[in-house]
Amino acid sequence: MAAVEKIFNDTITDRETQDKTLKWVGTRAPRPDGVDKVTGRAKFGADTYLPNMLYGKVLRSPHAHARIRSIDMSRALALPGVKAGVTRDDFPDYPAGAVQPAGEMVINYRDMTRNIMAREKALYEGHAVAAVAAVNERVARQALSLIEVDYEVLPHVIDVEEAMKPGAPLVREDLITEGVEPAPEEPSNIAKRVEFGHGDLDLGFSKADVIIERSFKTQPVHQGYIEPHACLASFSEDGQAELWCSTQGHYVARGHCAKLLQMDVSKLRVTCSEIGGGFGGKTVVYLEPLALALSRKACQPVKMVMTRDEVFRASGPTSGASMDVRIGATKDGRITAGEAVLKFQAGAFGGSPVPAAAQCAFAPYDLDNVKTIGFDVLCNRPKVAAYRAPGAPLGEYAVESVVDELAKTLEIDPLEFRLKNAAKEGSDSSYGPKFGPIGCVETLETAQNHDHYLSTLKPGQGRGVASGYWFNIGGQTSATLNLCEDGSVALVVGTPDIGGSRASLTMMAAESLGVELDKVRPLIGDTSALGYNMLTGGSRVTFAGGIAVHGAAGDMIKQLRERAAATWDVPIEDVEWHGGQAVAVNGYKDQEDPMGLLDIAKDMAKSGGPIVGRCSTNAQGAGPSFGCHIVDVDVDKETGKVSVARYTVIQDAGKAVHPSYVEGQYQGGAVQGIGWALNEEYIYDENGKVENAGFLDYRVPVCSDVPMIDTVIVEVPNPTHPYGVRGVGETPLVPPLAAISNAVENALDIRFTELPMSPPRVLAAIESVG
Amino acid sequence: MRYEVPETKGEAVSLLAMAEGGGRVLAGGTDLLVQLRSGMVKPDVVVDIKKIVETREITAENGGFRVGAAVTGAELDEHKALKKLWPGVVEAVELIGSTQIQGRASMGGNLCNASPAADTVPALIAAGAQCHIAGPDGERTLPVEEFCTGPGVTNLQTGEFLVSFTLPSRPPHSGDAYLRFIPRTEMDIAVVGVGVSLSLDSNGICVAARVGLGAVAATALLVAEAADALIGTSVDEGAIENMISAIRSACRPIDDKRGTIVYRTQVSGVLAGRACRIALQRAEQS
Amino acid sequence: MTREHITTTINGDPVEFLCDAEQTLLDVLRDELRLTGSKEGCASGDCGACSVTLDGRLVCACLVLAAEVEGHEVTTIEGMAVGDQLHPLQQKFLDHAALQCGVCTPGFLVAAKALLDRNSNPTETEVRFWLAGNLCRCTGYDKIVRAVLDTAAEMRG
Repeated sequence: MAAVEKIFNDTITDRETQDKTLKWVGTRAPRPDGVDKVTGRAKFGADTYLPNMLYGKVLRSPHAHARIRSIDMSRALALPGVKAGVTRDDFPDYPAGAVQPAGEMVINYRDMTRNIMAREKALYEGHAVAAVAAVNERVARQALSLIEVDYEVLPHVIDVEEAMKPGAPLVREDLITEGVEPAPEEPSNIAKRVEFGHGDLDLGFSKADVIIERSFKTQPVHQGYIEPHACLASFSEDGQAELWCSTQGHYVARGHCAKLLQMDVSKLRVTCSEIGGGFGGKTVVYLEPLALALSRKACQPVKMVMTRDEVFRASGPTSGASMDVRIGATKDGRITAGEAVLKFQAGAFGGSPVPAAAQCAFAPYDLDNVKTIGFDVLCNRPKVAAYRAPGAPLGEYAVESVVDELAKTLEIDPLEFRLKNAAKEGSDSSYGPKFGPIGCVETLETAQNHDHYLSTLKPGQGRGVASGYWFNIGGQTSATLNLCEDGSVALVVGTPDIGGSRASLTMMAAESLGVELDKVRPLIGDTSALGYNMLTGGSRVTFAGGIAVHGAAGDMIKQLRERAAATWDVPIEDVEWHGGQAVAVNGYKDQEDPMGLLDIAKDMAKSGGPIVGRCSTNAQGAGPSFGCHIVDVDVDKETGKVSVARYTVIQDAGKAVHPSYVEGQYQGGAVQGIGWALNEEYIYDENGKVENAGFLDYRVPVCSDVPMIDTVIVEVPNPTHPYGVRGVGETPLVPPLAAISNAVENALDIRFTELPMSPPRVLAAIESVG
Repeated sequence: MRYEVPETKGEAVSLLAMAEGGGRVLAGGTDLLVQLRSGMVKPDVVVDIKKIVETREITAENGGFRVGAAVTGAELDEHKALKKLWPGVVEAVELIGSTQIQGRASMGGNLCNASPAADTVPALIAAGAQCHIAGPDGERTLPVEEFCTGPGVTNLQTGEFLVSFTLPSRPPHSGDAYLRFIPRTEMDIAVVGVGVSLSLDSNGICVAARVGLGAVAATALLVAEAADALIGTSVDEGAIENMISAIRSACRPIDDKRGTIVYRTQVSGVLAGRACRIALQRAEQS
Repeated sequence: MTREHITTTINGDPVEFLCDAEQTLLDVLRDELRLTGSKEGCASGDCGACSVTLDGRLVCACLVLAAEVEGHEVTTIEGMAVGDQLHPLQQKFLDHAALQCGVCTPGFLVAAKALLDRNSNPTETEVRFWLAGNLCRCTGYDKIVRAVLDTAAEMRG
């Protein structure tokens, strides 16, 4: 508590409250958008209808790799009820190098133009080739069947190591690897090579008593959001447009669409619907530019919704990877050197999360000698999109597995081993910066003392632990607080609410203003309502949104004090804001009745006009979040089926503004990790087509597959945030892959280095040993 | 596409016959609607048989039961007497999909969809169920193990549809059980499915047995050699081991996204043993 | 193409609509009747986001042809609260933070209500298996199961 109070006082400059006990932050307050969600009233991406609306549908490539010789839309466009059609000819090309950051991924517009609509080639099965808008879905589907595309089918490549081999089919014929000196002469599928680290690896390994080296392989997985991509676009005859879409970032979507449609950003107003899950997969656009382009031609609203099949085939799942990790340690458990080579599928265009994976892989450890190399590799599957701490789950799966093996070989308790090497404040991270205050040690110590870790396993069970890390980000954020004439406050923010952030932001606003929670009502404004907001991702909303909301509160408080001072005719220095009221202090103490929001609001017009608190910032100083997971598994040795018997997530939140929603992030990420570790994978046939593009055979965990997920919120405050907040949303997916793999190893004495650990793989391993 | 709701068997037969192969029967719709949506089937007419009384009733008959082809899994689960007589059959139906699927899916639909991995079929085969079919040439009866002739293909001729099943009576000391292997705990298509039905004499010796095996061949199989391994024994572990070998020998699976040849063959034996032990326990208690 | 004319009851109210033979109940609830509380997550009965009850039976609306509901009774999420009174399940979901993005929530509520209507004292395992047809990607199911168990306890009194 003391640390939070210190932050409170140091970083709040405009607020002089004496009240250090938090009233809302840290409580389980009611969620402002909750009733609409439990009654079905809340509107998600596909829940809006406009008069005169058309339905858009996309024709997608049936081939994993094919040159598109020609596209004939004539019969489709002639079908009664079809009002517009678009192909590559309707989108301008962008030169190589048109690059901008968006969330945690980097967007290349040359690539984006081609991803939303194929140009020279179809680069994956499901790649959009054409789209139509028609009066109803039946006609739209019929129109698709009338589009004639002349494909020249080309050889394809999917697996990352196959794609790296000389002679592999080239996804891009002119791609020269970046990040290699001297640059290669021949093109390849390797878009980029990255390298991070410090120290002297050879020296480090020479000091090791034990060196363990392992290779790992994973299959691509999908974020698995339950709501498919959906949008509704409406263009007017004068070139202005409105877009309603399910997105993690409506400002980002606006920017992409404006560029792709070559229109002024200000002419496109984007409203984010409620979003039915994203996890990074809705940080990019797929249908939106197509719907806008169709609407522009038809001058009617166009609604487009992906089917589940399209979501799996044509949106951006994450990378499958091949990874080699080598770690050396002394016999008393001190890591002397760590090395990793990570090869990630990028899909049809460069930009896999291999740089982040390379940066995070060794992050939980304070190492003198460390090197990670990453390769970003093109292949004939969709361009990968972010998936919750993109890259880190994979990199740390490999490293945490080897760490586990080292601990076992040296006969040191796995948590003790991690503690001996744990990153601390002041440690040089493996990717460059020194760590500020962090909670790595705290999560490990909490795990060591937790009932789960201390409990006895049942016969046949195995237990595994793993650490995890994500940097988190800040970024551009704007918030506005509007004082209503009755003293209530409207809070306008610009970040879509994926998991309950409206509640946390409202709580922080009420806390900072010192007023009752139900006097502050949040709204997620459309893109016209606020200054720029980067998307909801990078675990940034409670952090950066909190800074913006707190800043807006500070701005409003300054104005409130000014109005009170003017009303009382007292110098501003002698007016403070306590407990939601302006009070006269110093020489004027007790001379004036305090003025609350209602008192000031009702005379706003006379005292100077509307009172609006604003803050726009590019929030810096996001605090990283460390986590440690403990998992117990049962293995049916006759069938190879692994079940999770008990699971505990321990993670540093800095300060949990709303503990229920922080716990929810921990639990949700853990269960996604269970699916990734045990059953989820893309299955391709020999033609590069996805065989399991549905929830039947793409096996996400169901309710009966998992136990209760226990959570412990550790709080090592982040000093750059008014309430000490660290982002928490992404780290939960980082430890599970290794934790579960380590648990299976503990149960069977068999080290798995391939995911998923599905029953056939597990049984085959058991049989080959036994 | 047209939607028709006949109220008698005769009307349904006429509609299907007139459609000349372009008609599909609708019971619960849990397979048909998925196929319609994906474009896998494009019927001219969908014939909803749920208003035909014989497809929706469960009636006691000759010590056993006649079960309408369109009775839902949820309704079967609520029928105490049927569950008591044929627990393995009912538990097989209950494994199909989710609670929501159970609210609609039927044994008849599951059989007629003729997936090699259908959950009800091995249990129905083990039970020695009979299928009652109505068609343009009248009504006929067929043992369930002859109904499916290949993946997605049945013995039904144009104009015919499945009306009901007969589940026979049981001698004393009889029990049946169905187990399947899936990677999760629910919601998956069976990787392997085994149904075992057996009857014991008063000394605990097995006098009759039937074993059905699913998801390891083009259709579910009646594995006579597995039954032979049990008949005349006390169903001790030695007999069960012999049964397991017979099961594994009978497997003719494929490698696909749900399982490999090696895996299915191995696990079929494991499940056969486990199902047999449950059936034995039920027989000893009945 | 001739459309079917269907008369049915939805959430206790008489309703009429026109539909194509291929339209599902989910298509009609959403696109014709604008009852968008039931969601389409997969259109193949694998996710449960479209859960409704048909004559009291829990079903996926995506697997029922709209024409089939002629003369039957359908209840959806929109019928769960009565006036401004939330059903205890709805309130407990809020109290337990049993939703994050909320898109699966209507399906879970309809499914959970169907369970409690039949079984007032389910075990954790019974709850988990009953709800296995409802996918959630955000919560990991923990708080959902707790909310259902807590509601059952409260409704038992």
